[in-house]
Amino acid sequence: MSKLSTFNGGLKLDGHKKMSTGSAIKIARLPEKLIIPVQQHIGLAAEILVNIGDHVLKGQCLARASDTISASIHAPSSGQIIGIDEQPVAHPSGLNALCISLQTDGKDEWRARTAIKQDYLNKSCHELLGIIRDAGIVGLGGATFPTAAKLQACDQKTLHTLIINGAECEPYISCDDVLMREQAEEIIIGVQILQHILAVQNTVIAIEDNKPEAIASLQKAAEQLTAKNIQIISIPTRYPTGGEKQLIKVITGKEVPANGRPADIGILCQNVATANSIYRAVYRDEPAISRIVTVTGNAIHQPANFEVLIGTPMSELISQAGGYKDNIGGLIMGGPMMGFALASDELPVTKACNCLLTNSREETLLPAIRACIRCGECADVCPANLLPQQLYWYSSSKNFDRAQDLHLFDCIECGCCSTVCPSHIPLVQYYRFAKTEIWAQEKQREKADQARLRHEFREQRVAREKAEREEKLRLKKELLAKKKIEEGKAAAIDPKKAAIEAALARVKAKKDASGEPPKNTDNLTEQQQQQIREADQRRQNPSSEEKTE
Amino acid sequence: MTTALIVLAALAGIFGLILGYSAIRFKVEGDPIVDQIDALLPQTQCGQCTYPGCRPYATAIANGEAPINQCPPGGETTILQLADLLGVEPLELNPENGAESVVTVAVIDEENCIGCTLCIQACPVDAIIGAAKQMHTVITAECTGCDLCLPPCPVDCIDMVPVKSETSNWKWPLPDRVDAAPRAK
Repeated sequence: MSKLSTFNGGLKLDGHKKMSTGSAIKIARLPEKLIIPVQQHIGLAAEILVNIGDHVLKGQCLARASDTISASIHAPSSGQIIGIDEQPVAHPSGLNALCISLQTDGKDEWRARTAIKQDYLNKSCHELLGIIRDAGIVGLGGATFPTAAKLQACDQKTLHTLIINGAECEPYISCDDVLMREQAEEIIIGVQILQHILAVQNTVIAIEDNKPEAIASLQKAAEQLTAKNIQIISIPTRYPTGGEKQLIKVITGKEVPANGRPADIGILCQNVATANSIYRAVYRDEPAISRIVTVTGNAIHQPANFEVLIGTPMSELISQAGGYKDNIGGLIMGGPMMGFALASDELPVTKACNCLLTNSREETLLPAIRACIRCGECADVCPANLLPQQLYWYSSSKNFDRAQDLHLFDCIECGCCSTVCPSHIPLVQYYRFAKTEIWAQEKQREKADQARLRHEFREQRVAREKAEREEKLRLKKELLAKKKIEEGKAAAIDPKKAAIEAALARVKAKKDASGEPPKNTDNLTEQQQQQIREADQRRQNPSSEEKTE
Repeated sequence: MTTALIVLAALAGIFGLILGYSAIRFKVEGDPIVDQIDALLPQTQCGQCTYPGCRPYATAIANGEAPINQCPPGGETTILQLADLLGVEPLELNPENGAESVVTVAVIDEENCIGCTLCIQACPVDAIIGAAKQMHTVITAECTGCDLCLPPCPVDCIDMVPVKSETSNWKWPLPDRVDAAPRAK
């Protein structure tokens, strides 16, 4: 690991870091009101545990991680919960999100704390992961991926190298630089805890060579703590060397496979600030309730780094940095390459907020966009070895399948291609557009599959119900028909009918027996009498009659 | 001469056996193209295409009875995907079938619901729960926004509300296009 490698592309950019590293880290004032979004990390939003009116202590859990990929949120100071509602948050969409509002009481009173300190050496990796998860620690390098979820790779036992990322390659940002200068011992102890959790053979802290003070400070701390198995190395300053995959390439010469993770090649990366958070969780039982934010740029009076409680309004920080200059043109969260513009400074600082960059009016004026001239400069600078031009065509024409074939999702959105583009095409915006569209389509497809299943099931159910109804009806009809036949039989031996018939028979017998001639047989003509005789003869001798017929 | 005949007959016999075996072993149930088309349709089961559901429309497309531009919920995306699958030219969405609109979900005004179960019977994906003379409600996650529950409701207590835009489902907009940009090949 003595010889460093290099990644393709990248840019040599002006650092502008000295602007904000002149003074020590300032502690930001405790604001009257903290607004704490429940989603400050990648993954699912945390589940709220408090109610409006509750009094909470500093460090108390306000919202619990709802999943493996989620992070708990804690009270940054003591006070009363005064609201749980949607508030504007720092997001490129400018949309609101669910936040907990906390009215601070000024006492900054801690909950009971029980730090395990050096005892961590006797704890298993899972016990320590539990502490990190409960502390709500997320990767502070920018992606805010829940650290406990990332460290679960300790189960694999295939990790051999831990890389601590202190590169901080993006211009203007200096929060990691000042942290390394001032809290080097804490970082080294945090790294030792990580070493214990992951049981790796090699540990490297990589720092860009434009931060000699940070390197010296860490080396001194490592010596004092006799952390001999931690290598502190200086790497060439080149943007975006702080990108996870780029840093791995520089240090080990290995490439992370496309769609793969560093853990696939036995490497795990953590940011220096994350290591510091882990130290605080283990040694002080302090959850992730603050972070260092660089407030800098050409439109602020006193650029500096602040240790800020999560939920502090950005406007408070701006005023503590001396306020905007007259030439203020815009405010960006993050750096000039990967950050996004904010519409207002009345937004809370979150775990992801590493820098507030103020731009002068001249800086915010964007040059006119022209047509692509196919110069290929974007491909030369792409640190992920992609074809930015092709990705641009396919993204802008919504040909997402082809864009994915060209590994759109390996794009790290570093902004190198947009920076060098002589036509000033906002290339990264096209890739972001394509990525979010593809995610939306995937979600829709999942929903459609679910709907298809439900529809098919419903159709089956309706058909089954219909068949059952018809079967029932048929059975009923059969039963009815059977009943009718039985009724017919029953009618034949009906007592009423039988009685009537019996009565008739009796009358007839009586008539026959009495021998009385019928009353209408007097005064008949000869012809009529003849007919009667014939009839009588027929009646007495019916068989002969039938035969003659 | 006879050798040739025997060889040819033998070959014919062997290939016949192979073909016969494959016909049984690799038998394809149903029409796979219908499944492929159905997989691209949004499964709202709304009937705006004039067919009683997504699968009947997929079958009609597969049989060449219907054009690919009759699905408003799928919109441009679905038309492009169908064109890609079937190797035909993409068409504009047929305005007779409706316009592509924002995704909505049904919401029952529970105050006014009389519990008639008519909407439950109309819902193609069983996304409404309730019983006779009991209040009904929509399972938002399962609702496809097909509008089919609206006509049967005797008290008009169902509203279609657009799905709320949140930070989790927000999409980056397409940047303004460059003038005279060369066409992608």
